[in-house]
Amino acid sequence: MDPRTLDGNAVAGTLNEIFGVEMTTAVGRCAHCGNRAPLGALLAYVGGPGIVLRCSVCSELVMRIMRRPDGSYLLDARGAGYIRI
Amino acid sequence: MAPLQWQVATVTALRSETKRVKTLTLLVPGWPSHRPGQHVDIRLTAEDGYQAQRSYSIASAPSAQPLIDLTVERVAGGEVSPFLHDELVAGDRFEMRGPIGGYFVWEAAAADPLLLVAGGSGVVPLMAIIRHRAQVASGVPCTLLYSSRSRDDVIYAAELERLNQRRDGLRVIYTFTRAEPPGWTGYSRRIDMSMLGEVIEGTGRMAQAFVCGPTPLVEVAARSLVDIGLAASQVRTERFGPTGG
Amino acid sequence: MGERLVTRGFVGRRAAPERGQRVPPGQYVTDDFPVLSAGPTPRTALADWTFRIEGLVGQPVSWSWPEFSALPAREYVVDISCVTKWTKLDTRWQGVSLDTLLEHVELDSRAAFVVAFCDGGYTTNLPIADVLNDRAFVAHGYDGAPLSPEHGGPARLVVPHLYLWKSAKWVRGLRLMERDEPGFWESFGYHNRGDPWLEERYSGD
Repeated sequence: MDPRTLDGNAVAGTLNEIFGVEMTTAVGRCAHCGNRAPLGALLAYVGGPGIVLRCSVCSELVMRIMRRPDGSYLLDARGAGYIRI
Repeated sequence: MAPLQWQVATVTALRSETKRVKTLTLLVPGWPSHRPGQHVDIRLTAEDGYQAQRSYSIASAPSAQPLIDLTVERVAGGEVSPFLHDELVAGDRFEMRGPIGGYFVWEAAAADPLLLVAGGSGVVPLMAIIRHRAQVASGVPCTLLYSSRSRDDVIYAAELERLNQRRDGLRVIYTFTRAEPPGWTGYSRRIDMSMLGEVIEGTGRMAQAFVCGPTPLVEVAARSLVDIGLAASQVRTERFGPTGG
Repeated sequence: MGERLVTRGFVGRRAAPERGQRVPPGQYVTDDFPVLSAGPTPRTALADWTFRIEGLVGQPVSWSWPEFSALPAREYVVDISCVTKWTKLDTRWQGVSLDTLLEHVELDSRAAFVVAFCDGGYTTNLPIADVLNDRAFVAHGYDGAPLSPEHGGPARLVVPHLYLWKSAKWVRGLRLMERDEPGFWESFGYHNRGDPWLEERYSGD
């Protein structure tokens, strides 16, 4: 257990900025273990070079986000089998 | 729904809740109201352009007024909370965006009994839920299990006591982890599975649980509730990280 | 982007910016040691821990914790810089030079790059010149005590002349390669080499 772990809900503002809609209630399926959960329930690691969202069941990477210097975002969602929006 | 925009919030009032905790009342023109449990992001900018950004839960219930309360614990050595406590005065302005979040939210239309589990300043979004519940006179049974260091650290103590007296289905259970009040016969330890097991007797296993506070407390409580028999979908968590927000 | 609203009275935690040669451009000095990570803190039992060197080497080599702890180690006092803009001066580590570790293998002539791999799946890549000649070490002590898990213990790579994301926490080994293989952040918007003195933060810098 890492005391710095947060929930996906903590990055709701950034997800909203990227997707243009509220995303924490969108359900995602972990590509590794198949667990389905709202993005708000993912484990979030922030403060480093980017935001990393992991499955709360298997801890594998579901999504990562970093901000480019021009203000655009990179999003890697390969760890999500799908996201239902 | 339009994407969130940064807006300007003006501080209209500040009041102390406890020695380490203050509530800021902010005026936000055009505020679209909010749902209990949501938060805002605030952004502070120094003269040289350096910025710091933090999230704070909205403490107030939804209202027709463009005013919201944020309750902030002063974290010693922190970068932002000491500024909000020590420097900010009425009339000051900073950037804010919100309301944010749809996951850690309670709707008054939900019929399930509520179990609210709070550690320290984790009580803030849960207080928004409690206030909204009172505001709409929801009769849904609601239990707040609230862990604090000592009685002096209980945020909203008088208001919780007043709401507790209304006998409208709200039950407030305290536990103290550092110093118990004289004559205290209640819990005096960190929240654990055995405590939650006893508390859930009064709520039932159909409860919708909201757990908020420092990450270690949230993880123990959430895991315990699932071990007790709640489905993962019945337990919503808001971890505040190591210092409790 | 609209004009920025300056918040009256807000300064932030930064110390006064230092002039001179010690602080890379765009960085501020901190007295803290921020803990940042991309995942949960791994908790590998020391009895199960190994450090491996593999890939383009004559024979792969692996040390258990007791064996690794017995390798010649020394104190390093170095400045570290994170791409998130903080720099910490005079951090004190106890660790084993990568030169010492690589002495135990026969490097293939094609070995031009190193990938460090870690518990939890994190990776970072470096040209081999960036880890030779005492430019990098594997640390198992910090500030006179065993390296704590939150800072990468039991052992982490430390490459002080590059941004701190190259100093991979919870390192479990090195793979010697012919081709460069961008690691976790290098493959995701960050610079492939990460020299703070050239502000090589992002890909395209």
